[in-house]
Amino acid sequence: MPKYRDVIMAGFGGQGVMLMGNLLAQAGMESGLEVSFIPVYGAEMRGGTANCTVVLDEHPIGAPLVRTPLSTIILNEPSLRKFQPRLAPGGVQVVNVSLVEKGLLAADKHSVCIAANDMAHDLGNVKLANMVALGAWLKAVPILSLEAVQEALKRVVSTHYAHLIPVNAKALEVGYKAVAA
Amino acid sequence: MKDERILIKGNEAVAFGAADAGCRCYFGYPITPQNEIPEALARLLPERGGQFVQAESEVAAVNMLLGAGACGVPAMTSSSGCGLSLMQEGISYMAGSHVPGVLVNMQRGGPGLGDIGPSQGDYFQAVKGGGHGDHRNLVLAPSTAQECYDFMFRAFALAFKYANPVLILGDAIVGQIKEPVRRMPPSDAVPAEALIRSTASWRMEGYGRRGPDGRPRLLKSVYLAEGALAERNRLLAQKYASMRAECAWDCVQTEDADLVVVAFGSVARIARSAMRSLRRDGHRVGLFRPVTLYPFPAEALAALAPGRRFLVLEQNLGQMVEDVRQAVFGLDGPAKVLWHGIMPGLFASADDVREPMLQALGEVR
Repeated sequence: MPKYRDVIMAGFGGQGVMLMGNLLAQAGMESGLEVSFIPVYGAEMRGGTANCTVVLDEHPIGAPLVRTPLSTIILNEPSLRKFQPRLAPGGVQVVNVSLVEKGLLAADKHSVCIAANDMAHDLGNVKLANMVALGAWLKAVPILSLEAVQEALKRVVSTHYAHLIPVNAKALEVGYKAVAA
Repeated sequence: MKDERILIKGNEAVAFGAADAGCRCYFGYPITPQNEIPEALARLLPERGGQFVQAESEVAAVNMLLGAGACGVPAMTSSSGCGLSLMQEGISYMAGSHVPGVLVNMQRGGPGLGDIGPSQGDYFQAVKGGGHGDHRNLVLAPSTAQECYDFMFRAFALAFKYANPVLILGDAIVGQIKEPVRRMPPSDAVPAEALIRSTASWRMEGYGRRGPDGRPRLLKSVYLAEGALAERNRLLAQKYASMRAECAWDCVQTEDADLVVVAFGSVARIARSAMRSLRRDGHRVGLFRPVTLYPFPAEALAALAPGRRFLVLEQNLGQMVEDVRQAVFGLDGPAKVLWHGIMPGLFASADDVREPMLQALGEVR
């Protein structure tokens, strides 16, 4: 079976959806995989909804967008409403239950619940919620090591914010460890 | 392990490719979904002694391109959809005057202002000339970020070989996708001087400089004397005919295929994913991807025709299908070419093209 994974990441503009996608794609490339990242957002940015699709594969990637993703990272409720029905059979959704009512999760979908905002708040910065969620995804969808993604932060975070790399790496680890193996 | 690849958008790859392929000047006006091209070149070109100009409009940008080309300087512009419409007059003047230049169209949904989603609706505009009068652009259609980079080398080389506008026709997916790209080692980058040297016999160099025949140099597209324009068009026709040597295409698993999908750019790669899954289910599907849209690789396509059907997949209301039909016209019966259009503005997945491919396979049997 070829090593193929895809994920749609979605949330409000400003929650760091694009950074998550960029980071995962960069780490995938540095791990020797083929990768594609494609953003989808409207003309309005901040406060609007944003999503991106990342595909990781051993082979050159064809379609960069997927109708029925094998996995999703859902950071807010509008994103759950949009993407939960599209999740592939047998797929997994990592859901930020700090902002999504658990009652909305479909019983026939495999959900990994992570209180990303609360955990990020405990780390001292609620903006780290995206990294907590991505850490949880890395455990739920094994393809890349936590270390590979932490290492890739150095290439994805601009030098202006380089001082925030350690706390982002920590947030990835916290999310990773919060999910049962 | 050090990975030589860099993760960049198709648009950024265009910019890096241009800078490495000898581009000296960029003129343009912002429009989504291609803004990363000017953003990157605004940094890259001045670093290398080149010029970046944000023009006051697309009309101004294309006329700056005409001016740079007339002076033998490797230059480019980029835009999307409606921006290219505004540039058509200048492109026609460049073609009529034998002036080289590279233009990039990262297509967006149309007509009119449309949206910022993907589309292949500018196919006709790109390959049939686009502006007034009989003129043709060489048109290259990248499908990946790596091709966005690589094709810039080809584009500048062709523009200067034929003294003609060359158009890179991408779309919102090709421009916005981020993928690993390998850049040329700096030693393989093309110095602008190599391209500029090739223009020694005709470029504008200022007052008093004469051509090899001792007469003043003149680049123009106006020919009013009796028979002069006809002569000009004869020369242009010869040039366009000679461009057929540049035909390029890509065949994937066409040898044993009952059905050959014909698609270019982003749609071709989406079709490849669907094709892979259909192959796993035992269907014999192949892919023919025109890399040059003008000249269209008609002979290569016709060579595949015996015993096969074609399904043209494109993100418009039916444009390339006309060139495909013409390529196989008269070869073998009228129902040879099927067509399916993805509506402009949609972000298509493999599932969206799998269905029409299955349907076309049914019609093969």
